[in-house]
Amino acid sequence: MKLLGKLDWSAIPLDQPIPLIASAVVGLGIVAVLAYVWKRGWFPYLWHEWLTSVDHKRIGVMYILLGCIMLLRGFADAIMMRSQQALALHGAAGYLPPEHYDQVFSAHGTIMIFFGAMPFMIGLMNFVVPLQLGVRDVAFPTLNSTGFWLTASGALLVNISLAIGEFARTGWLPYPPLSELAYSPGVGVDYYLWALQISGIGTLTTGINLVTTILKMRAPGMSYMRMPMFCWTSLASNLLIVAAFPILTATLAMLTLDRYLGFHFFTNEAGGNPMMFVNLIWAWGHPEVYILILPAFGIFSEVFSTFSGKPLFGYRSMVMATLFICIVSFLVWLHHFFTMGAGGDVNAAFGIATSIIAVGTGVKIYNWLFTMYGGRVRFEVPMLWALGFIVTFIIGGMTGVLLAVPPADFVLHNSMFLVAHFHNVIIGGVLFGAFAGYEYWFPKAFGFRLHPGWGKTAFWLTLAGFIATFTPLYIVGMEGMTRRLQHIDNPLWDPWILMAGAGTVVIFLGVASQVVQLVVSIRMREQLRDTTGDPWNGRSLEWVTPSPPPTFNFPVLYDVHGEEAYWGIKQAAIAQEKLHDEPDYKPIEMPRNSPTGFITAFFASFMGFALIWHIWWMVALGFVGAYATFVVFAWRDEDEYEIPAEDVARVDRARRASRSGDWLTKVGSPA
Amino acid sequence: MSGHDEEWGEHDEAAPGDEHAGGSGFKEIQIYLLGLLLAVGLTVASFWIAGSDLVWGPGIPAALLALAVAQIGVHLVFFLHITSGPENTNNTLALAFGVLIVLLVVVGSVWIMAHLNHNMMPMDQLMKMQK
Amino acid sequence: MSHGPTPSDVAAVYLQQGPYAQGHDPHGHGHAEARGHGAGGPAPKRVIVGYGFWIFLLSDIVMFSGFFAAYAVLAHATAGGPTGRELFDLKRVGIETACLLASSFTCGLGYVAALQRKQLQTQFWMFVTGLLGLVFVILEVLEFYEMIVKGAGPGRSAFLSAFFALVGCHGLHVTIGGLWLATMMAQIWVKGFKPQIMRRLLCFNLFWHALDIIWVALFTIVYLLGAGA
Repeated sequence: MKLLGKLDWSAIPLDQPIPLIASAVVGLGIVAVLAYVWKRGWFPYLWHEWLTSVDHKRIGVMYILLGCIMLLRGFADAIMMRSQQALALHGAAGYLPPEHYDQVFSAHGTIMIFFGAMPFMIGLMNFVVPLQLGVRDVAFPTLNSTGFWLTASGALLVNISLAIGEFARTGWLPYPPLSELAYSPGVGVDYYLWALQISGIGTLTTGINLVTTILKMRAPGMSYMRMPMFCWTSLASNLLIVAAFPILTATLAMLTLDRYLGFHFFTNEAGGNPMMFVNLIWAWGHPEVYILILPAFGIFSEVFSTFSGKPLFGYRSMVMATLFICIVSFLVWLHHFFTMGAGGDVNAAFGIATSIIAVGTGVKIYNWLFTMYGGRVRFEVPMLWALGFIVTFIIGGMTGVLLAVPPADFVLHNSMFLVAHFHNVIIGGVLFGAFAGYEYWFPKAFGFRLHPGWGKTAFWLTLAGFIATFTPLYIVGMEGMTRRLQHIDNPLWDPWILMAGAGTVVIFLGVASQVVQLVVSIRMREQLRDTTGDPWNGRSLEWVTPSPPPTFNFPVLYDVHGEEAYWGIKQAAIAQEKLHDEPDYKPIEMPRNSPTGFITAFFASFMGFALIWHIWWMVALGFVGAYATFVVFAWRDEDEYEIPAEDVARVDRARRASRSGDWLTKVGSPA
Repeated sequence: MSGHDEEWGEHDEAAPGDEHAGGSGFKEIQIYLLGLLLAVGLTVASFWIAGSDLVWGPGIPAALLALAVAQIGVHLVFFLHITSGPENTNNTLALAFGVLIVLLVVVGSVWIMAHLNHNMMPMDQLMKMQK
Repeated sequence: MSHGPTPSDVAAVYLQQGPYAQGHDPHGHGHAEARGHGAGGPAPKRVIVGYGFWIFLLSDIVMFSGFFAAYAVLAHATAGGPTGRELFDLKRVGIETACLLASSFTCGLGYVAALQRKQLQTQFWMFVTGLLGLVFVILEVLEFYEMIVKGAGPGRSAFLSAFFALVGCHGLHVTIGGLWLATMMAQIWVKGFKPQIMRRLLCFNLFWHALDIIWVALFTIVYLLGAGA
């Protein structure tokens, strides 16, 4: 047994310029950032205030930061794919050899879903939900930190595969028999498997945390029917996480057992059944897309309501629709493999269920439109993203219902039509929702707004770019082009592929505008300062706090009497032309920070890398380290610290001072 | 510190598995004992039915399933103290949700795979065709 | 259709009694009177921890259901190799079942003793629980070993892969439970019956009972039905 298992110098892609240069650039970038942080002396601050933080607000921000960085990496992969196709028309070779192109599209999907969209949504839920519920933190703060760092560990492993070894070539869902050892003998699929198993544990902890928080920790008086809509959709999304992610864990474990210990779950021989992988993985995969979209629906509910100056229309039916979508999302998974051969009866049953689930979303869309009707609509940047969502998501949803019809799907399965459909709903739904939430809650997190001009530029460029990129892909899908092609042989498709390439450039400009917006906003933060904590005339409890909120969120828990917890409080203050009397300030106990999450994830990365390269002694060492960390954490006596009443009073009095005087009259009249 | 967690007031909410243990705890031990006896009885019945001709052959799986469900119920009620009372509503609802998902995954997969296996050629036959 | 309070009704309430909840609540954890319907604020920590662990257990059961589904699909994919009927020793399964069921019982007794703060009784019943669990795991390891030695290992057929994975996953959970049990025994000995320790003991109980519930499904579906098939 070799000391370093399968690892040797050939793992570094010295003969492949693209991953080599990409790794070098990324590596240098990381080194440069770390050197800059070191030089500025920020490491102690970062360690004490961020890396070991168990504060849901800090963890939420870190999740979103991770998501943003990974979205950029996934977008780079997308640019490579679009450009390769645009260059490899009628006989030309392009610049990405097939075995590399296959890794690019696999990495693109894996990173976008697991390390881009999921962390972004989870980050927003983490930050906002406790504030909206009127409580101090989530149910299990240290578990929250651990979950984040395990997700980051998974992202790290996927990115290491660029420099050391290779990534999977199987697509973002590694169908056997291609993903079995016989046909994928390299480490690519193993990188995928361990990165996802590790981050999957992190996601599961988030699910447990948020379900428990929403069901068991709310401000006094906040019954279920008084929760903000974002909390309802977060509940549904996290129930789905708890229900679906274990299926992913089990299925990937089966594939891992096949690859590592010679099991025969999905192999070609000894009775294995590759079709069962497809069945089980989509039993997870379909709820997964609802896990992503439900928080986005919640964000839109908040945005439509706030920027129309009206309560959300049809709150009860929204709740019903959310729970309906949650349950039915578990009844449709076969529509991802109509063509695998289950037959007419099975296909029909799942096809009907798939069409029915659209009803839930339809209810929501009508409710959002009726929320706007009769209100005074303000076209701030979050509202623009929401309106862009309405337009794009309706089209994407309708193409989904079209695909839900099995005979139609037999023609369109795995064509570019399918690719266009799911990008339509993911970009129009999840990504636009993420951007709306980012724009909406940024001032709450950081104390200053984002520059609206650049935000609007980003929106229009992204919307136009999205339409320009994906409309041609719908067309070329109907003309018969399949997905994942490394080169194009049909000259009829050329103009559409070129148009999609051009559209990608426009999306790139939109993404660049987002980055510029952030940089400009940081530079101009004093002019963009959110002095009161309520920059949008909000309706839910997060807007009662200062921006950014103190560690303890609320000095005293609020008593909730209506559907929109903060709106009533605000109207009362406006009516009496002064803030309510000061509460009786008392000391507050908060959970201590802990390095447990960071250290656990360190050992997880260590173990993951060792498992991928078959370095067994390293695996054992990592396991011992992880267990020791757990025991040390379990043994600590002091898990809380006290914030003195004077500090609580000082923070709250500053908040009250910022909201006195003409703010009350200004916020009282609609902007 | 967290002293007030130790109090046992009247809750409108119970943690799963919660119980009171006032006095000698004899009442609680009785519950566990009863649960154990019922579970032993059901287990013995399962093994016996599986190995004998007491139940008509094709009906054995159904009988075993019923006994298993009953025994799981015994565990839930006597060991985990899951009841239908209002203080347990959240716990019961969560359990029901879990059971629903388990049924969908298992029954759904068996139904789908049975159809697929019936319609599609087995993998090793397919491989032989390729040679 | 009845509507809830209008914003002006709600504002009127706030004008009258202010927006803050009554009572001192340093942890933000609510009081003993916290109700499940939101009226009293956040639930007590014990309820929160217990419920969170309950949700984790349900997720674990869903994971098992993935393995159960695979087993159900692959139960007959013996690839010409040995079947369950040839391999399963129901006497051993009976002993394993008895051990696990008894350990569930003793675990409950240990918890009752802990609620009454009786250190020695608690340690005794937990020790017995661990012992019974250890016997269970040893018997299972022996079974696996015998099967592998006679060529009926997990690589022989898809049926055996599914069997080893499902039963092995359960055995792994029991082993991890044993490690947890040992750690808990040490913690109770050193730190006594502090609230935090008691919450963890509650979680351990939930875990151990859940493992027995899964075993009921396992021995019924895999062993009893498999031996007869």
